[in-house]
Parts: sequence; structure tokens; C-alpha cells
Amino acid sequence: MSATRELPARERSAVRPAATGGRKTSALARRQRNEAVALAFPALIPVIVLSVVPLLIGVSLAFTDSQLISTELPNFVGADNFVRLLRNGAFWNAFGIGAVWSIAVTALQFVLGLALALLLNTDLKFRGVARFLAIIPWAMPPVVVAIMWQMIYSPTNGPLDWLIRSLGGPNVNWLGSFSLALPAVILVGVWAGMPQNTISYLAGLQQVPAELMEAARVDGAGAWSRFIHVTLPALRPIVISIVSLSFIWNFNSFGIVYVMTEGGPGGKTLLPMLFVYIEAFRNGNTGMAAAMTDVIVIFLLLMLSLFLLRRFRKGAEA
Amino acid sequence: MRTRRIVIRTLQYLALAAFLLFLGFPFLWLISTAFKSSSELNSLAVNLIPSRPTLTNFTDAFEAQGLVRAAVNSIGVSLATTVIVVVISVPGAYVLARYRGRIRALGSGWILVSQIVPVALFILPLFFILRTIGLVDSPAGLVLVYVVYTLPFSLWMLQGFVAAIPVDVEEAGATDGATKLQVLARIVFPLLRPGLVATAIFTFVAAYNEFFFALVLLQSPDNFTLSVALSTFSHGEGLSRIGPLAAGALIASIPSIVVFAILQRRLTGGLLSGAVKG
Repeated sequence: MSATRELPARERSAVRPAATGGRKTSALARRQRNEAVALAFPALIPVIVLSVVPLLIGVSLAFTDSQLISTELPNFVGADNFVRLLRNGAFWNAFGIGAVWSIAVTALQFVLGLALALLLNTDLKFRGVARFLAIIPWAMPPVVVAIMWQMIYSPTNGPLDWLIRSLGGPNVNWLGSFSLALPAVILVGVWAGMPQNTISYLAGLQQVPAELMEAARVDGAGAWSRFIHVTLPALRPIVISIVSLSFIWNFNSFGIVYVMTEGGPGGKTLLPMLFVYIEAFRNGNTGMAAAMTDVIVIFLLLMLSLFLLRRFRKGAEA
Repeated sequence: MRTRRIVIRTLQYLALAAFLLFLGFPFLWLISTAFKSSSELNSLAVNLIPSRPTLTNFTDAFEAQGLVRAAVNSIGVSLATTVIVVVISVPGAYVLARYRGRIRALGSGWILVSQIVPVALFILPLFFILRTIGLVDSPAGLVLVYVVYTLPFSLWMLQGFVAAIPVDVEEAGATDGATKLQVLARIVFPLLRPGLVATAIFTFVAAYNEFFFALVLLQSPDNFTLSVALSTFSHGEGLSRIGPLAAGALIASIPSIVVFAILQRRLTGGLLSGAVKG
């Protein structure tokens, strides 16, 4: 009987951690912890073996002369890779292209995603269709997205080329042009990332209190002023997380551009991940490639902390 | 005032139409290309509705490019990934949602890190590890990688659903002497079913659409997934055989699109509950 009375108490403390504050509960807390470890075990194994360990190996590979084809253990070479990387103009060029690509794609995704979400948050007709279409890019494999847009951009029988020529414009080879290839793939990046942005902002808009909007309206605030002073501040947390995540995802983007241009023409769309892929799996310099990924991760973490810090400080002032 | 409203309405509809065109047209064009005859595609005519719709592109795509094999591989790898991830996610998500302390903090921290670190940082060591145990260029190795790749998001989503189940329900349903595992199986699991469906679908689609790992790990055409087979096709003879390429691409995107279309509302709901909680 005593055992059965004990059980519910144990259950409760397992789920209400505030109750575990007392001194007497240390045995209980230990049992609870063991329980948590046991339950998390199946998920922990693959995480540790195939995620944490690779992460550590991945970081340390950068300090070795590791080669793809070699099966021997690589030699430690110190910061050699990083020193050579500093002088590798092609890598920094790819880095710059990556920055242009992710800033442009992220900014356009934000503006267009928010605009579409605002439209979908009204009582317009055809909203259902638009909602469905806004999700399609999400469901499509990136490879299919790339193949599809290659057809749109086709200089021989693509619809875009046809439109421009029938308006009296020149024949344009979008993906083959030094100046137009990057803008062209940026548009595809925006298209592919619209769903996450639109859906998140739409969900955020639906949580803006109606009374707040009504109060602003009563006070005589116009539509624009309501948007700036009520809607945007309410959306801020969602905007911050979506924009920072999008920036990171876009910087690490690979599939779409790999299939569309393979980094060409003349390296004009060579994003950092494509550069790393080529260095590791075509040139076989896995040690150098690891150094590149380390630099990219450090850069992204820096950007993220700067962005979040600034936002937090702003939030604290407000 | 009245005319102003009409103007605004008109502008709103114009903007919506522009969005519909931007989002929908590429997909329509893909469908159109897939049904055009090769003579129509070679004639350089540009029209959305095929003049004589044909299915030969589909039969061509499946005969010549090994796409059937690739489709079987894709579906097999994605299904295996989904089953494994869902089974190990349930207890893991339960811990994330219900326990406090170090294990939860570490778990949440890892989920965050895994979203930030580029996959390229994982791929080099994973490649070496899989080569050592002989699982490079094998569907089993790819499944292992996909489990790790999809697990963080799956855990995150599911823990939102667990957190939504009131603790009292769990306590009330627990018979005396029930172990934690029994509580999980009898009470939490059934209540979690909608969340499990949504999570399973997300995992399936993520694995099915994945390209980078598959490109790096798979070497022999017999093991290719659809994404790798299509990209090889597209970089090879694809742009001269645009009809079969479009047909293959269209078929490859059907599973995910159908699933997303059916579960559209529930998906966004599930995503949000995962995002808001925690």
C-alpha cells in the first residue's frame, strides 16, 4: 500500500520540477534524472555518435593535412590551413558572393513574405489558392526547383525570354551571363524560401490583438501608421527569429545553385558551400575544406550574436 | 472615401495576382513542358498549353534514366528514416517537454546548434566514419545520416505537442504501479497521434527532398535517390532532352506536394505549437 501511495507523488515531482526543491528529494531527483536519461537514450545515441562526435572531428580536421583518398590518419599541421586560407582570394570571393546572395535573398524573403502575409490576412478572395501556392515551393525538392527554373530562364524556348523579346527587348541568357546569373539565382532563392516566411508572418499577424488595432483606428491612425506602430512591433520577435534563421540557411544554401549553374559562369554564383564541396570532393583537400567550414561557422555565429545583441539592447531601451 | 476603398481593393487584388503568378507560374510551366511533344519543344514555340499533349516524356523518363530505381530508393530511405526518427523522438521529446535540468538544457542547446551549423561541417567526418564502417554509397548509411539530420526538428516539433497535453491527464490515467514507459505507451502515445502524424510527414519530406548528403555519399547509380538521379540527368543530357527531364522532375515532386496539400492546415498548426512552446 505504501508503495502505491508513493507512486503518484513520484509522478508529480517528475513533471513538476518546482516540487523538487527540498533537501529530502535528492534521491528522488537522482531517480528522476536516471529516468530522463533512460528515456532520452535512444535519441542520444545517434546524436552523440553521428552529430556531436562528427562536429568535434570536423572542427579538428581543419588543423590537419587530411586528404579525401588517404585512409591513413592525417598529420597535425597547426594553423597552416587557416594561414593559407587567408591568402586564398577565390575563397574570399565566394564568401563575398555568399554574403550578397544571403543578404539579398533574406531581405527579399522578408519584404515579400510579409507583404503576402498581410494580403492573406485580409478578406480578399482567392486567399485559399494563394495559401496553397505559397506552400508549394516548400514541398518541392530543391533539385526540382532548380530544374524548373532552368526551364523558365531558358534562352531558347523559355517563357521569360519570350516575354522580353515580345516587348522588344534583347535575347538574354540569364544563367550564362556574368552580370545576370547571380540576380537570377537570387530570385529562385526567394521563391524557394517564401513559404516559411509567409506562413510564419501570417501566424504572427493572426496573433496581433484586434483590440489594439481597433484602438489605433479610433485614435485616427491610418493604415500605414497602424502597420508601423502596431503590427510591426507585435511581429518583432517572429521577424527577428525568421530573419536570422533565414540568413543562416541561405548562407549555407547548396542544392538549388549547384543544379542551376554549378557556381558558374566564371564562378559568379559560386556560393561558399559549393566552394567547400569542390575543395573537399573534387580536389580532395578535406583538411582545407574543414578549415573553410570552420571559418564559415565562426562568421555565422558572429553575425548571429551581433544581430541578436543589438536587438536585445534595442528591446531593453524600449 | 468610397473610391479610395475601391482603389485600395484593386491594388490589393493586383498584388495578390502578381504573387499568384510568381508562385504558381513556374510550376505550371513545368507541367506544361512535361506534356509537350519533343517536336513542339524543339520548335522553340513558347506556349503554356501543349498543342498536342503526350505522355511519351513520362515513359521516356522512366525507361532511360533509371528513375524508377531512384524513386524506390528515395521512398525506401525516407520511410526508414521516418520510422526510426519517430520511434526515438517520442521518449526524447517527452523528456524535453516534461523534465527540467541539465539534460533538457543540453538537448535544447543541441537543437539550436544543429540549426546553425552548416551541414558541410558534418559531412566530412561523417563521410570518413561511414567509409570506415563500409556504409558510404549505401542506402543504410544515408538513412543513418538522415536520422541525425532530421532528429532535431522532429524532437522540437514533438515536444511542443507533448507540452500541450495537460499533466493532469497523465496523472489521472496512470494506474497504480504503472512505470513511466507504460504511462508513455498507454496515455501519452495515443494523445500524441496528431502530432506524430505531422512530425512523421515533416521527417519524410525532409529526407525525401534532401540533396547534399545524398550527392556526397552515393556513388553508384543503382543507389541514387531521385534528387541525385535528376541532378545527374540535368547536368548530363538533360537540357537537350528537356521533356523527359520535366516529366521526371514533376513526378518526383508529387509525393511531397500531395502530402502538403492534404495536411496544409494541420501542418502550419503543428509547426506553430512547436515554435511557440519551449
